[in-house]
Amino acid sequence: MPYIPHTEEDRRQMLETIGVQAVEDLFREIPPSLRLKRPLNVPKGLDEHRLYGHLRDLSEKNVDLSRVTCFLGAGIYDRYIPSSVGAVISRGEFLTAYTPYQPEVSQGLLQTIYEFQSMVAELYGMDVSNASMYDGATAIAEAAIMATYVTKRRVVAVSEAIHPHYRQVLDTYCWSMGIEVRGLPAASGATEDLDSLGQDVAAVVVQYPNFFGTIEDLGAVKDAARRVGAMFLVSADPIACGVLPPPGEFDADIVTGEGQPLGIPMGFGGPLLGLFTCKREFVRQIPGRIVGRTTDHEGRPGYTMTLRTREQDIRREKATSNICTNEALMGVAATVYMCAVGKNGLRSVAESTVRNTQYALQKLTEAGGKQRFKGKVFGEFVLDLPRSATAVRDALLAKGILAGLPLGPYYPGMENSLLVAVTEIRTKSEIDQFAAELKSALAQ
Amino acid sequence: MRMKAVPAPQSVFEKSSPGRIGCNLPKADTPQVDLASAVGRVRAAVEWPEISELDLIRHFTNLSHVNYGIETGFYPLGSCTMKYNPKINEKAASLPGFTALHPMQPVPTVQGMLEVIWEVQSFLKEITGFEEITMQPVAGAHGELTCLMLIKAYHDSKGEGETRKVVLVPDSAHGTNPASAARCGYEVKSVPTDANGNTDIAALQSMLDGSVAAFMVTNPSTLGLFEVNIHEICEMVHAAGGQVFCDGANMNAMVGTTRPGDHGFDCMHLNLHKTFSTPHGGGGPGCGAIGLKRHLEPFMPSPVLVRADSGFGLDATRPLSIGRVSSFHGQALMAVRALTYLSAYGQEGLPEISKSAVINANYVKARLKDALPAAYDRPCMHECVLTASPYKKNGIRALDISKRLIDYGFHPPTNYFPLIVPEALMIEPTETESKETLDAFCDALIEICKEAETDPDLLHNAPQTQIVGRLDEAAAVKNLDVNWHATHRDKVGAL
Repeated sequence: MPYIPHTEEDRRQMLETIGVQAVEDLFREIPPSLRLKRPLNVPKGLDEHRLYGHLRDLSEKNVDLSRVTCFLGAGIYDRYIPSSVGAVISRGEFLTAYTPYQPEVSQGLLQTIYEFQSMVAELYGMDVSNASMYDGATAIAEAAIMATYVTKRRVVAVSEAIHPHYRQVLDTYCWSMGIEVRGLPAASGATEDLDSLGQDVAAVVVQYPNFFGTIEDLGAVKDAARRVGAMFLVSADPIACGVLPPPGEFDADIVTGEGQPLGIPMGFGGPLLGLFTCKREFVRQIPGRIVGRTTDHEGRPGYTMTLRTREQDIRREKATSNICTNEALMGVAATVYMCAVGKNGLRSVAESTVRNTQYALQKLTEAGGKQRFKGKVFGEFVLDLPRSATAVRDALLAKGILAGLPLGPYYPGMENSLLVAVTEIRTKSEIDQFAAELKSALAQ
Repeated sequence: MRMKAVPAPQSVFEKSSPGRIGCNLPKADTPQVDLASAVGRVRAAVEWPEISELDLIRHFTNLSHVNYGIETGFYPLGSCTMKYNPKINEKAASLPGFTALHPMQPVPTVQGMLEVIWEVQSFLKEITGFEEITMQPVAGAHGELTCLMLIKAYHDSKGEGETRKVVLVPDSAHGTNPASAARCGYEVKSVPTDANGNTDIAALQSMLDGSVAAFMVTNPSTLGLFEVNIHEICEMVHAAGGQVFCDGANMNAMVGTTRPGDHGFDCMHLNLHKTFSTPHGGGGPGCGAIGLKRHLEPFMPSPVLVRADSGFGLDATRPLSIGRVSSFHGQALMAVRALTYLSAYGQEGLPEISKSAVINANYVKARLKDALPAAYDRPCMHECVLTASPYKKNGIRALDISKRLIDYGFHPPTNYFPLIVPEALMIEPTETESKETLDAFCDALIEICKEAETDPDLLHNAPQTQIVGRLDEAAAVKNLDVNWHATHRDKVGAL
């Protein structure tokens, strides 16, 4: 194998230095009954040419988005990724390093993460960001659990208009810790019943824009949370925050998000990038890594992981979370993206998204769809159709259009509803074609 | 010898100038809209840097030059399995048929990706000896947490969830073990290690009763030693009604040689970014597949990958499932890399991984036995835990030796872990390092140990060869600066 350098002579010399006759002698402490005495029942190894062919064949069994036009979003978006992103994250110095436990040889990664934290905090209008969480769903779950530590309450109130998978992950995490999750209805397309919150609620959780694309009234949610002494948690789309007032302007306590739109391929949903920011007063309760700027013994500026006494390798069962490995390389990708698009590019991506969304809304409505909810939207909306959304989605897929997400499986009674996403890379002609195919599908 | 000082890199914010941009971005060709009427109030522009594409590339290229990865040099970070990450893995994972897939596409359109995950699961079942594998967890600690959730659901199903509130963890365990147990609502109790480096069986027996939900065991242990009584340990815990979890961080010692499923474990987590060569990425993404025995199968996280005559499917309707643990389907692109790696080695190659890894660790231990004694005088598995305590009399600590290694061009080993070994240096060479590399590393350590006797300040003041020396971590906490905008914007005034 090219990955193992030992020659027969190397092995002989090494075993001699160790003082054993054979490799097997090094395994002598494993009780014989526990040793595997047969070859593994797996395929034989492949040379590199056949190996690549095997993987390429598997990849071609998929219908990837170079073969269809994507109007599917629901938290993961088909956005443009600048070429510089892949160039930077494929550099071996970043790709093959690990957690920067030794700051003197990790300044490149540490500075990059510091810049990442700074840009994410700026985006959300928050004081402090960590170095990343796994994904948007686990970031919400970690935020909710953090709120139970801060408030010493054991109930989390969550909008029914957050991503259904995020809700499922929140339910799983909270079940295992004995935390109660209460749903806040959103039949109107935005979070309701904010007056029903009890004094036992640790946190109110909403998404911005919410799962339906609707821009929630964060001011009203904040007021409701404050009335009962609960923390105010928002999961915010990073590109939407290029035009919408950020959650920090509404005094949010913790803001999380899915960082995939910041230069990360959809990749069938992994790896992703969990964003996690909060107010400075809660910095000692943050889960995961944080990088800080300091100086060395000669006064030279440098970067290091900081506030380490929150973390599992130091605090063990008293840590603020069990997270160790995070999504550092995806954080590097996002950092390059944020620098590449910059101040004006972010606004341009967000504005193009708004224009395309408004145009699609108009065209698809003319084609026979009906906007289900009244509120203002960013990037995504729910279209009610005169027949099953799944059937329409399948009919359009045959025409090369991935039309969106049928909502019936997630929301009973919404079997005819389709969640449609429109990013900055969709064109007028693609939207026109979508409308034309929708019209003909509905006519059948 | 003091090297020429390199100026500290500027932050990207200091390189920003109004009007520059780093990418020619796509712009909508749809009609203009009035932003405020479409979305309501519009925020002030986000102060991200404005920088040209070349300056951006230079910024990150220069930062990469002050970062050490496996491709820079030897990276013997114990417990992390810093092996070579083959280039073909990256090439396969970059295929558009994998990268340009939306996680909520209709299942018939992602059959190739589901087949990849299925194939990885099949390899891992055979390598670990478990009946089921799920790829849903996205990192090692996430896999630990998911296993504990399965155990909790299992005890709940038997009506014992309310009484089994304790998780036992060895005193040598990774910090994630007790942290994951706490995250799953359990009380943690520590089990001592005996004089030979094994679990103290008598102490364990005295702690086993109806309150114990699980015992979390790392095998080989974090001391780099095979837990010789593991079969008896599993039987003892099972007799008390508990479950046994295997922390699979050290799977690299066992591939093709011995299988945790055969040891008696009920479930385990794997770090695909360790044993199966997916890149560590500077601290992630990881990939935390878990293996489990049949009795835990009903509780598997949702959705479960299933295979029928019509093709692969995702079953999200299992009534006893613990539910979903991550946004979509785990780290799919990492599964592509792992499958590439597993398929490259195949049946005849896979056992060579553990054999060569174990030779390398024992070779380092043998070469260093006079300079840095092993904490336990036994054959080690894929890593060795040495102690720097002989040099404490000179005021030299494990950290000083590690920092001096940087001046010799090596990444330091893991320091001060496991916690039960004083002045621990935990060295994991992995199978991908040559004898010449190991010799150069051992020669450097032997030289450093001489310096510890003759010129200890060389070690105290190390490293001297990097753009920074040892950082003031107390000041980092006291004068917390984790956001450039909050700390520096006013001073620089550029924005």
